[in-house]
Order: sequence, then C-alpha cells, then structure tokens
Amino acid sequence: MRQHGVPTAAGDVIRLDGVTRTYQTGAPPALANVSLAVAAGEALAVLGPSGSGKSTLLNLLAGLDKPTSGQVTVDGVRVDTLSEAASARYRRERIGMVFQFFNLLDDLTVLDNVLLPAQLAGMPSKRAQARATELLSYLRIDRHTRAYPGRLSGGERQRVAVARALMNRPPLLLADEPTGALDTASGHEVRNLLAQLNQDGQTIVLVTHDTTLAEACATRTIELTDGRIRRDTAAVAR
Amino acid sequence: MSGRVLSSPLGRIVRSGVGRKRVQTVVMTLTTLLAVAASVLAAGLLVDSQAPFERAFAAQHGAQLTAQINGATASAAQIAATAHAPVVTASAGPYPVASLHPVAGSGADLPAGTALKQMTVVGRSGPASTVDSMTLASGTWASGPDQVVLRAGPGQGTDFTLGSHVTFPDAPGRPTLTVVGFANSVSDTADAWVTPAQLTALSAGASQYQMLYRFTDATTGTQMNADRTAITAALPQGALTGAQSWLQIQLTADGQTAGFVPFVAAFGILGLLMSVLIVGIIVSGAVSSQTRRIGIIKALGFTPAQVVRAYIGQALIPAAVGAVLGVLAGNVLAIPALRDTETVYGTGRQTIPGWVDIAVAVTALALVVGAAWALALRAGRLRTVDAIAIGHAPPAGRGRWARRAASRLPLPRPVVIGLANPFTRPARTLAMTGAVLLGAASVTFALGLTTSLADAQHAPQVATLGNVVVNLGDAHPGIPIKGDPHLAAASPARVAADITAQPGTATYVGSADTTVGVAGITGGVSVIGFTGDTAWASYQMISGQWFTGPGQAVVPTRFLAATGDTLGDTVTLTKGGRQVSLRITGEALDTSEHGMQILTDLTSLDGLGLGLQPQQFNIQLTSGTDRTSYVDALNAKFASIAAQAQPNLDGGGTVTAAAQALAALLTVMIVAVAGLGVLNLVVLDTRQRVHDLGVFKALGMSPGQTIIMVLTSVAGIGLVAGIIGVPLGILTLDYVMPLMGNAIGTAIPSADINVYSLPELAALALGGIVIALAGAALPAGWAAGARPITALRAE
Ligand SMILES: Nc1ncnc2c1ncn2[C@@H]1O[C@H](COP(=O)(O)OP(=O)(O)O)[C@@H](O)[C@H]1O
Ligand SMILES: [Mg+2]
Repeated sequence: MRQHGVPTAAGDVIRLDGVTRTYQTGAPPALANVSLAVAAGEALAVLGPSGSGKSTLLNLLAGLDKPTSGQVTVDGVRVDTLSEAASARYRRERIGMVFQFFNLLDDLTVLDNVLLPAQLAGMPSKRAQARATELLSYLRIDRHTRAYPGRLSGGERQRVAVARALMNRPPLLLADEPTGALDTASGHEVRNLLAQLNQDGQTIVLVTHDTTLAEACATRTIELTDGRIRRDTAAVAR
Repeated sequence: MSGRVLSSPLGRIVRSGVGRKRVQTVVMTLTTLLAVAASVLAAGLLVDSQAPFERAFAAQHGAQLTAQINGATASAAQIAATAHAPVVTASAGPYPVASLHPVAGSGADLPAGTALKQMTVVGRSGPASTVDSMTLASGTWASGPDQVVLRAGPGQGTDFTLGSHVTFPDAPGRPTLTVVGFANSVSDTADAWVTPAQLTALSAGASQYQMLYRFTDATTGTQMNADRTAITAALPQGALTGAQSWLQIQLTADGQTAGFVPFVAAFGILGLLMSVLIVGIIVSGAVSSQTRRIGIIKALGFTPAQVVRAYIGQALIPAAVGAVLGVLAGNVLAIPALRDTETVYGTGRQTIPGWVDIAVAVTALALVVGAAWALALRAGRLRTVDAIAIGHAPPAGRGRWARRAASRLPLPRPVVIGLANPFTRPARTLAMTGAVLLGAASVTFALGLTTSLADAQHAPQVATLGNVVVNLGDAHPGIPIKGDPHLAAASPARVAADITAQPGTATYVGSADTTVGVAGITGGVSVIGFTGDTAWASYQMISGQWFTGPGQAVVPTRFLAATGDTLGDTVTLTKGGRQVSLRITGEALDTSEHGMQILTDLTSLDGLGLGLQPQQFNIQLTSGTDRTSYVDALNAKFASIAAQAQPNLDGGGTVTAAAQALAALLTVMIVAVAGLGVLNLVVLDTRQRVHDLGVFKALGMSPGQTIIMVLTSVAGIGLVAGIIGVPLGILTLDYVMPLMGNAIGTAIPSADINVYSLPELAALALGGIVIALAGAALPAGWAAGARPITALRAE
C-alpha cells in the first residue's frame, strides 16, 4: 500500500502503512487502509464520531491489538509483529496510556499506582521513588501521595493516571477521551496539562470528540469516519 | 426447570448466564461431576463396608448349615428327605464331595509340586442354586472333565490364575485339572468345585454328600444346635459326618473385614467433606460473580424473587449435568474399587446401591439450591445501585494493609501483588485453604496408611522371616514331603549343620510348634519355640522386649486381653500332665492363630518333656547371594532325606493390597476435586479482576509476570493449607490405625504408625503448594493470554 505515499521523515515516532483492522469477517473494517506518520514532538488529535475506529487505532499503537493487515511502527519498533511478551515490554518502555475512566487500581495508593510501571519494568526502587515524587509534584498531586484513588476528584484521578503514564519516560503518550468523564473545570485542568506536556516536548496521540480539547492542545488533527482518515490538518498545511 | 420458565425473559437470562460464562460453567460442571463421583464412591464403599458378610450372605441365600453325609449309611431318599424337616425352609444338594490333598501344577505362583492345604472339593453342575447361589469372580464354571473352579479371594486361590493347573496325587490316576474359574461362596461351602462326574472320578467311588440348608430360625448358637439336631434325627445313626454353622464363618469373615472398615470410613468422610466444601465454593462463586448482572437486571425491572429464581436456575443447570455425569462416573470407578472390597470381604459382585446414587445426587443438588438461594437472596436484596457498583471489584479497602505490608518486601511487583491478593477476599481464601487442606490431609493419610500397612504386613513373623525356608517331615498330615513317603527322616541337627556350612547363610532360626493348654483359655493355644539366632527372629514389639533366654515368653495383644495378663506376669503352659511357667516379657505384633499364640525359646518347653525338635528353619542370606542357586544347593544336600528348601514367598496381603489400591484411587479423586476447587476459585478471581488485569497489561505486565502474579496469589494459601493439612492427615492416621488394629485384635506398634520421616513431612507440606499451583495453572495461563482491550473497553 506504499503508493498512498506517506512522507518519510527521520524523526517520525509513528508510521502506519496501509493498516486495516477487521473484527469480524464480512463486517466493515474498524480501520480501513490507514496510512499515517507522526513526527516527534507532535500532538495529534484523532477526532471522529463514536464507532469510527479511534480506539482501535490507539490500541494498535499500544500493541494491545494487532492489525488484520498493514504495518505499525512506533519509535522504530514494528509493533504489529511483536510477541505477547515483547509487546508487554514495548508498552512498558515506550508507551504511556491515559484512559477515559482513569483505570487506576482502587486498592493501591496514588504513589503505588504511579510506581507500578516502573516496578513492572524492574527499575531500582530508589530511582522509581525519585521519579514518582518528581512527577507527583510536577502534576500538583503530591499532597495525595498516600491517598487511595477513590478519595480523589475526577481531575485529580486523571492527573494520577497521567503521572503513571509518564513514569517510564515513554516517547509516546496515548490518551483515549481523557476528559470524557470529567466536569468542565477538571476537563480544563487536564487539557492544560496535556498542552503543557506537549510544549515540554512530549509526543502525544489524543483520541477525543471534544473539538475544544483538540484545538487547545493539538498541533495536528485528523478526523476518522468509518475507519478512514477524512481530514488531516497536516495535509492541509502542506 | 419447566419449559415456561426457560422461554420467559427470566429463562433467557438464565440461559445466557450459563452460556456466556463458558469456562466457569464447564468448571462448575466438572467440579460437581468429580465431587459427586467421589461422594458416590465414598458413600458406596461406606455402605459396602456395613456388614458386608451379612448382605452378601443374604444375597447368595447362603447355607446356614453345610452338612456332610455318608452315602454308605444313608440312602439317597433319606438324604433327600432331610429337605422336608419342619425347620428347613430351603435346601440344596445332595452334591458329591471329597477331601483331597492337591499339589500345585504348572502355571501357579508356587513351584510345581508344592503341597497345598487340604481341599474340600464339591461336584456341582453350576454356581446358581436355591441355597449358596454363588457368583463367578472370573472365568467360567466347570463344564467338562479335567476342569476345576477354585474359591476366589484370600487363601489358596490367590496362588492360581485362570489356565493354571492343580494336581490331585491322592485321587486315582493323579489327575491334573485346569483352573477355569474362580467363584465366591459366602457360606464357604467348598475350596473347589468340579462337575459331578469329575468328582465321582476324583473320589474313587467313596460316597460322601454335601447338603446345604436354610432354617426358620438360625440367628443364635442355640437355634443352630436345634436345627442341626433336627437334621441328625432325620438321618440314620452316624450318617451326618460333619456340619458347619454359618455363625462360625460369620465370625471369621467379620474379623477379616473389620480391619477394612475404619479406613474406608475415614476416606469416605474426607471425600464427603471435600465434596460439600467444593459444591459450596462453586455455587457461591457462580452467584457472587454475578452480583453486577443482578444489579443490572434489577434495574431493568426484575423483582428480587425473580432474580433469586433466575440464579438458582443458573447454578442448577451445570450442577445437574455434573451430578448426573458424576453418578455415572462414580459407578464406573466403583467397579475396580468394589472388586478390591469383594476380594477382602469374600463377597460376591457388588455394585453401588441405587439409593446411594439418588441420595448423593439429590443432596448435591439440594446443597446447590440452598447455597444459591442464600446467596442470590442476598444479591437480590442488594440495592440495585450498590450491586452495579460493587459487582466488579472487591470492596475497596479490604486487605490494603496486606498490600502495604507486602510491598515492603524486596520482591518483584507481580509477586507482591499476588501475595497480598488472598487478603482482599477472606471468605474465598478460607474456602481455598479448606480445599487444599483436605487434599493435603488425604495425601498424608494415604501415604501414611500405605506405609503403615506395608510395614505391618512385612513385620517379621515365622511365616515371613528370612529369604529361604526349610521344612522337615510331612508337609501336611498324611502328605509326604516332596511327594515321596520313602525318604529317611531328616535330623534337625544335621539340617542345621548343612545350613551353617552352606556359603551364603547370614543367619538362621529354627522353630517347632505345638499346642498347649493355658489356664483360663478354653481349647489349645499354639506355641512356637525358637532355636538358633533367636534375637534375629524378633517380631515387631508393641511393648516390652523380645525374649532373651529360656523362661521368657512373648505374646500378641489378643492373648493378653484374653488372659488378663500384663507384661511381667507368669503364664503356665500345660501338656500331658506336665507344666512350665514362663514370664511374659513383651507384646508382639502377631495376627496369626487369631492372635492366640505364645512365642518363646525352644528350651523353655523342655519341661513339657515333648522332645520338640525344629521342624522349620528360616534363613537370612548374605546380600548378593543368589536365592535360587542357594535353594538348589541345599536341596542337593537334602536329596535323600525328608527336608526341602524353598524360597520364602510373601503370602496373603489381600487386605493390604486392596486397601492400598483403594487409598490411591480415593486420594487421586480427592486431590483432583481439591485442584478443581482451586481452579474454580482462581477463575472466579481473575474474572472479577479482569479489569485490573487489563490495566496491568496496558501498563506493560508481560504474560510471564501475569502468570507469576496469579500463581503467587495461591502459593501462600497452598503453603499454609499444607502446613495445617499434614498434621491433620497424621492425626487421622493416628486415629484410624489403632482402630484398624483393634478390629483385627492387635495393637499396632508405634513404629508402624509413626511412619513419616522428616523429609517426607516437609515434602507433604509442600504438597499443598503443588495442589494450589496445579489448580491455578490453567486460569493463570488464561489470564496471561487474555486480551486486555475487552476489559478496558468494558467501562
Ligand atoms: N473487540 C471488538 N470486537 C468487535 N467489534 C469491535 C471491537 N472493538 C471495536 N469494535 C467495532 O469496531 C468499530 C470501531 O470501534 P472503536 O474503535 O471502539 O470506535 P471509537 O473508539 O471511535 O468509538 C465499531 O463498530 C465497534 O463496534
Ligand atoms: Mg472509543
């Protein structure tokens, strides 16, 4: 599917080449022949109506799912060919994920939640502690270090999730509707945080149907409909 | 479950619930299956162990009196007329009968030519009859010449197989017959059966007949005496040459089977306990995992009562399937298990009584309904919002202290999470501990029991002592040794010298036995006098010491009980007007002669003036000596004298072998049920934590780390359960072994009960971990392989 010609740049963090994902044979694909390149330092917002394939795209990038055809390359790694164990290691080292419903573990304290990725990766405990403390204060949730997630507000929980996602300094941060479950004020908080992170150099792929979120923190926007890219602001710019 | 319910919206929920949770449904069905099968087997064996003789006797219309009548004194008509005596309710016969002294032919486990015990051989055309209706344990009935059916079970029968041969040297023409079948006669009417024509040939025309009777009253000795008198009166004077009462056989039979009952009961109870526990586990699992669904369907407008009914149905469907299959499996497994007990009990073919099948299935389903009802009621009463909210995660907060404590340990994160997991759901943890604990206890008990029985069986006795045994003189009264009546009598002193001179002899002991009178005991008591290396001949001691010189005696438990003597007391042996007094120095494990036997130094008996000489030598060979060539060398020296060397074969052991086989089968089943219980609980746990698992995976937990996490979540439980279960198994053995011994009239030496070595105990304690890990392995693999996106999307 090279003829669709994704421009190749040395600094690309993400490259999708003709990626198709079909869940059920016969059903229309959730993603249809998508090709895409995202450069380091970009904040890409993926827009589109419900069921258009946004989460599918994100899962493919995270190595949580495999394309039916096509290639997915992230940070130089061919994600679509990884074994289960290798894709776990890949996620640990290169991907941070933020979800709509936080997906914090209720039985772990804020600190333990944040430490988790480092512990799974086997980072020495001293270094992990230092990194967690740094992140928690950067995200202004250090007063809740010993609290359990259940006691925090939605915005605070999402900031804990972001801290956890950034723990292993991933080259790519993935966020699926990060403000979808938040009230306006908390949504604002998270939106500013993501914008701030991107300004500090973090590459972000952000799935949302909230256009204000996209406008506030995305450097580039694509729109999916029925699994195809309908609009790409980068293409327009070029 | 009626059709109406199944097609209602409620029914649809039930069916979809069963179908959707496929793994859990399969596990639940399988677990119920195994639990029910184990219960059917255990309960069946328990029932089987209740008065097995009486039940088998009733089933075979056993002969209450087996009479032997001389055909030369009584006419055929007179014999037949006894059947019409007023006390007789049923009779069979007359069958021709003969007493013969056979020797082993080819194909037997004994060397050809080995003299067998005297056999009562009866001519019968078939096993079925109005009285003593026998069952064939294997093979067919004798249908032509040169065929013989042997009595199955303990005794001579175990030395022969179908197709092996028995020779009758004292019958005309020394006929050799082929074993074509084995039959169980509960009334013990004969040792062997042939066709009537064959019997006539064997008995050389001597006309002895067997008549079998049942009477209106035959439950007491007095009644039996009256019945026997009635038969005697119906015959000419002196025609009744022998009669055997069923009460005597009952006594022996009950003595044999009694030892079996406590052990079967112990396993039965362990199996039943385990089944109840596991059924509880699976039902509570099935219902509690559905709390969230319950919330949702209540939100859709179902009443609490409808919810309860839906969930009882949901638990009942797999349970019912499992119960039916379990009953079938239990009955199939019962075939080999009951064959073992048949051999022990000497009864005919046994099957699981139908009422046991029904009772177990109904109890299991009642348990399921009861547990489901209680749990669904709770869930049904739950506020809808709460049910939805708490359905998918353990109540937050529980076990947090454990997590905090565990996270201080310098261990990898998956291990830490796994270790803390049991504390989040204490009830589930307790249930799992219980299952593994019972499994570990069963294994411990079974291993101990097997070792105990083997130790007790191999405990030295004059029958089992040494590798080689030499017999002097007649093998049996009237049967010359080596089949040759013209051999010179062997001098015990010369035989002893030959044995000493023979290279390969490590040590030996000679023994002579006789019967003496003992004050307070009616009838004779057997006494064995030892000479030679008497210290080596020491039996296993229950208390006190083996005799160290003349004037001392060692006796079994039952002897002490019968005489009221204790260690240190003096026992007086009388014979022919003379007497000797011996001091009792020890209590030994000796079940031969029904536990009524005195063991002493041969010179202790000099005072009786019997001139007793050793009739048997038991020889221990030096290690590395070839037994066969040793035996051949000795027999070459004995060529012209009445002495014969033979390898010492382990005899008997039917009860032990059967008990060991049964213990193995029941243990495997109990452990399998325990493993399935763990599997069920882990499946439940991973299902409820599927969301957490998804998060872990999204954060980069590898399949290997997931497996480690799940396995460590049960390893701690396995360890604790093993550590508690092992002493429990030991306690069970400590309780059961003396009961088994008591039932056969002996105390058990503590050496045969304290059979566990320290490394064994350690290994057994770790067995708990093995059970837990084995049960968790499959769900751990599933958890590792599960795709996280579904879990994460579920919000
Ligand atoms: N695991 C799955 N199995 C089957 N179909 C799925 C699965 N996940 C998503 N889909 C389908 O794929 C399409 C795209 O879904 P998704 O990527 O979740 O869309 P979005 O995130 O844009 O709402 C939808 O039609 C959805 O029903
Ligand atoms: Mg989505």
